[in-house]
Amino acid sequence: MTPTDWFTAMLLGLGTIFFIAGAVGLIRFPDTYTRLHIATKTDNVGLGLIVFGLAVQSGSWSVAGKLVLIWLLVMLAGASVAYLVANGAISRGIPVWKR
Amino acid sequence: METLTELQWIFDVLTGCGLLWLAWSCLSSRNLHRAVVQFVSFGLLMSLAWVRLEAPDIALAEAAIGAGLTGALLMASLARLPLSGSADIRALKSAERIAGARLLQLLRNSLLFAFALFIIYAIFFLPPEFSGLREEVATEIENAGVRNPVTAVLLNFRGYDTFLELLVLLGALFGVRIVGMQPVRTSMTSEPVLNILASLLTPILILVAAYLLWIGTDGAGGAFQAGAVLGAGGVLLLLAGWRPARALMASPFRSLVLLGPLAFVFVAVLPLLSGRALLQYPPDSAGTLIVLLEIAATLSIGLTLCALFLNVSADDGEQP
Repeated sequence: MTPTDWFTAMLLGLGTIFFIAGAVGLIRFPDTYTRLHIATKTDNVGLGLIVFGLAVQSGSWSVAGKLVLIWLLVMLAGASVAYLVANGAISRGIPVWKR
Repeated sequence: METLTELQWIFDVLTGCGLLWLAWSCLSSRNLHRAVVQFVSFGLLMSLAWVRLEAPDIALAEAAIGAGLTGALLMASLARLPLSGSADIRALKSAERIAGARLLQLLRNSLLFAFALFIIYAIFFLPPEFSGLREEVATEIENAGVRNPVTAVLLNFRGYDTFLELLVLLGALFGVRIVGMQPVRTSMTSEPVLNILASLLTPILILVAAYLLWIGTDGAGGAFQAGAVLGAGGVLLLLAGWRPARALMASPFRSLVLLGPLAFVFVAVLPLLSGRALLQYPPDSAGTLIVLLEIAATLSIGLTLCALFLNVSADDGEQP
């Protein structure tokens, strides 16, 4: 394995850890708002790490650019939709979890 | 066929089991909202399965139409049902029992069971080495006018399939407009985030649709995928509160919806005049004809999907 491969493996592994953390949080967290929070945050970072890991491997600027574009679009959609779902939940009176 | 590595094998088994499980829990769910969410997840997993089967065209169509737009349509219809959630299903079930439909149910279940057995039988008796019509397509692709074999099959060799699919969409729109209301109302929502998202994404979606249409002659993409992306942009605009002006909903709307089917009829009939068969394009102009057909079909598909959503979605204000 070349140093590039090691770098990719490290980024992909880190990204996977973030995705797993997000999935665990989605199951374990107590209410809609905290679940939205964990899902959006970890998806953004996890997908970013995976995208950069793959972009390093792609060896072409156009493929790398497309991958980064996907990441940016997912972040835009994820952040907006998380806000919209949370807003909808508040307007429906779904209570916020308190310790 | 390349040999499967163990990792791919595990992935495929997990995908297959996940698909079966999602399909079952979607069908057997008592909560309609949950069933719709599971249907969307099923569509996403299904498009992943299509990618594994090396059919990116179908994967794109499945993700855009099967998971995306159908999910939006189902959600919008669900919001319009008088009873939502689990109560209505229970009401339906008890109504079934009162009507004494046990025998009918038994008949239906045994028919379904026999059909399932037949499918399993068919799978087990597939010839092990069968390449389908791949060779026939490969020998004729020079006369098709496009280089992507999927597009060649869909728009040239079996053009009537795509034509009939367009008619199915048109029929669905007719059905929705016959039974449904037509909530045309100009309103802007007070949701700034959704407005910003829609205004950022709509140009990108139009660009992606054009790209899918253009790349369809060479690679994965084509009229249905591009139309679905265009329709998704329209749905996003509708969700953000945008409504077409009343003047646009009359003849411009109708002519654009009919553009795809009419273009198909025109192109199908044209070869008859020069003594060819129906939909048998002359090979030297086939490429141009297919691109024109695809542009017309994309516009019609996008607008039809968008109009389906407009008609199905409940308007939060006036109810006619």
